[in-house]
Amino acid sequence: MADLRSEFIGIKSPNPFWLASAPPTDKEYNVRRAYEAGWGGVVWKTLGMEGPPVVNVNGPRYGAIYGADRRLLGLNNIELITDRPLEVNLREMKAVKRDYPDRALIASIMVPCEEEAWKAILPHVEETGADGIELNFGCPHGMAERGMGSAVGQVPEYIEMVTRWCKMYTRMPVIVKLTPNITNVLYPAEAAKRGGADAVSLINTINSITSVDLDLFAPEPMIDGKGTHGGYCGPAVKPIALNMVAEIARNPETHGLPISGIGGVTTWRDAAEFLALGAGNVQVCTAAMTYGFKVVQEMISGLSEYMDEKGMTSVDELVGRAVPNVTDWNQLNLNYVAKAKIDQDLCISCGRCFAACEDTSHQAIAMSEDRTFTVIEEECVACNLCVNVCPVEDCISMEELAVGATDLRTGKTVAPDYANWTTHPNNPSVHAVEPAE
Amino acid sequence: MAHDVFEPGIVPGRLAPQNYNEGFSDLHPPLDEHEALVAADRCYFCHDAPCMTACPTDIDIPLFIRQIATGTPDAAAKTILSQNILGGMCARVCPTETLCEEVCVREVAEGKPVLIGQLQRYATDHLQQQGKHPFERAAPTGKRVAVVGAGPAGLSCAHRLAMLGHDVEIIDARPKPGGLNEYGIAAYKTPNGFAQAEVDWLMQIGGISFRHEVAVGRDVTLEELKTDYDAVFLGMGLVGVNALGAEGEDKAGVANAVDFISELRQSGDMSGVPIGRDVVVIGGGMTAVDAAVQAKLLGALNVTLVYRRGRDRMNASVFEQDLAASKGVRIVTHAVPIAVHGNGSVREIEFEYVDEAMKGTGQTLRLQADQVFKAIGQTLLGEGLPELDGRKIKVDGTGRTSLDGVWAGGDCASGGDDLTVTAVAEGRDAAMDIHTTLMGAAG
Repeated sequence: MADLRSEFIGIKSPNPFWLASAPPTDKEYNVRRAYEAGWGGVVWKTLGMEGPPVVNVNGPRYGAIYGADRRLLGLNNIELITDRPLEVNLREMKAVKRDYPDRALIASIMVPCEEEAWKAILPHVEETGADGIELNFGCPHGMAERGMGSAVGQVPEYIEMVTRWCKMYTRMPVIVKLTPNITNVLYPAEAAKRGGADAVSLINTINSITSVDLDLFAPEPMIDGKGTHGGYCGPAVKPIALNMVAEIARNPETHGLPISGIGGVTTWRDAAEFLALGAGNVQVCTAAMTYGFKVVQEMISGLSEYMDEKGMTSVDELVGRAVPNVTDWNQLNLNYVAKAKIDQDLCISCGRCFAACEDTSHQAIAMSEDRTFTVIEEECVACNLCVNVCPVEDCISMEELAVGATDLRTGKTVAPDYANWTTHPNNPSVHAVEPAE
Repeated sequence: MAHDVFEPGIVPGRLAPQNYNEGFSDLHPPLDEHEALVAADRCYFCHDAPCMTACPTDIDIPLFIRQIATGTPDAAAKTILSQNILGGMCARVCPTETLCEEVCVREVAEGKPVLIGQLQRYATDHLQQQGKHPFERAAPTGKRVAVVGAGPAGLSCAHRLAMLGHDVEIIDARPKPGGLNEYGIAAYKTPNGFAQAEVDWLMQIGGISFRHEVAVGRDVTLEELKTDYDAVFLGMGLVGVNALGAEGEDKAGVANAVDFISELRQSGDMSGVPIGRDVVVIGGGMTAVDAAVQAKLLGALNVTLVYRRGRDRMNASVFEQDLAASKGVRIVTHAVPIAVHGNGSVREIEFEYVDEAMKGTGQTLRLQADQVFKAIGQTLLGEGLPELDGRKIKVDGTGRTSLDGVWAGGDCASGGDDLTVTAVAEGRDAAMDIHTTLMGAAG
């Protein structure tokens, strides 16, 4: 079994699977059980300033979207930061950390955007023995209306300023949690780095309305006939999160800045994908909220088996492995040509590829009287839609045309050299420079 | 009067009351909402779906399943019923394992088809249990059509004609409408009075009247019908029963399987239906299986189904054969009856084994029997009928017979399998042709 031990910005944990700051980490009872179940670390539910805690609604806090068999694909929430007194949380954190010294314990914090507020809370957190802090600049609902959470995370200057205060007033490593509710995630990431952040974590939840009650004409989740936007998470947000992680990992300004990957991690495979795109570890919430703490056991065994197969001896060997292959569209090889191929032995003749291609793509699949489906190479642009809609895994594949072969669609021979859009004759900017030569 | 399974002879009440309830309850319990959604989610919404092609009534199966999946079962029901007005009964009695579900791509791929029949039942039950009838009659045409037979073919034809604005009179020899739905199908396939409820629901279209216990040939002639109505549809089914051709088959205790099933279906109390201790059913079709299984459910100790050919040649589907076996029916193949023994009443029945070419082997088998059911096929009865094709009324693809103004469909007509769903399709298609003919003549 591969060694899954993880060291993220100097914080050690037995594996790279942390529970994200969220309802599962709101109190000692849960966190102890999470550690017992095998979680490598926990980011405690966000702490607020001293004094009367926030209050939550007394109706539904979550809304959901489902796949087949009510499989939860996306969840949104309108829960706020911890609604328990600061001193209770701090006392419990201290007790837990004392009993589980080998596990990571991070304090998520959200206080008003004032230097005194941050200066005041940090020593109390340090007292608990927590391994680090995470600045919650991401929460998109409720707290944002009060000038906190994503209201800070959407202004790079505020991120930089608050990060700098925290670095000034504590020796603990500082993770800045980023909101995806922005135009370009690089701006807040760069700001965090300028402020001295040890790492960023992302994504926080996405502004969302999960559904509308068509009898009451109100959004879900609904409280007494009204609803508000909540933070969207779960498997459905993973593609958005993967892209944002990759953008930060490959951006020259932020390259090398440690990333804690968050967003729809449900299986070991999801986690491995985040790691490959540059995350040093992952944080999980929805999978635990859907299936309970036990899911981490599959993540541990799955990642371990994968690393063994790949001959990787530490998680760090996986981190960032896919980053060099994330590029801009204009760098893609336009001389690469593929064609769809249907494996007739696997085909179950449902005809979905035909319907998709015939109605919405390139009319590149033929259907015979006996329901045999074949690719018309003269028409196929290798768009991959047939692969995506086929219900049978590996039945349709994209086969690369060898160099020297003829692409029956264009009549051209597949060239051996790499050529991208920047040098393509149809690119106006290529012509623009020609007269100057 | 207390009897038990060991008592010889034909007696009622062999079982405890709860055993009858268990045995004769729904063969496939209805899907609940969540089960239906899960089952519907498995449908791939195939292009030009094989299931649709396999359905004799051409129901748009992918569409109705998608309508269930998106929470609109009544819309799904309308999709079904617009092609097959007896979609509720067909959902219960269709041999889906040899029709839509056999060709489902998931059956081909995984050996587990989408539960098309049960989903169809979910949708049609949802609509019909609210008493909703989703169709309306067109403006009256002033045309009158006689429909002979209130079975699946006749009901389907009558409903479509009524919907198109014609006035329809259904004539049936039995006291109740429904035909084989009411009198000829195993009780566990359509419990709780569904056949009558479905007819009542169907009649909501309006414009249909029902004359019961009137038989063509006995109480009215086809000629009279032709004179009194603008068109006639014949859907009287097959009421004659083939004889065994075995010595002694007139002995007491030897009966027609269809009569046994009919009496059982009309009995309000299964514990009052007499059944033998040792029952032998002769035949290999659905009727034979329905009789054998129900004999077992009534408490017969030994039930043997004897068929003259191999199991692969039986008209009863593999599912039906397995159902019979699971209920404890013994299936004997390659044997033909040669003599019924007994002194007044049957005591034993003797068979000879035959080879694949139906040639006698000289080897015989004797089965103890106090009750024998004949289920070796039914025949068309009647005089003055249109031209026949073999033993059935000759029809073309639209149901037209050799007589002008007379159409036919269902089991009494040539072509197609003798299935409820086929009868519905033929009745519907004949109605469309009758409509075209009548309106063309009017115009």
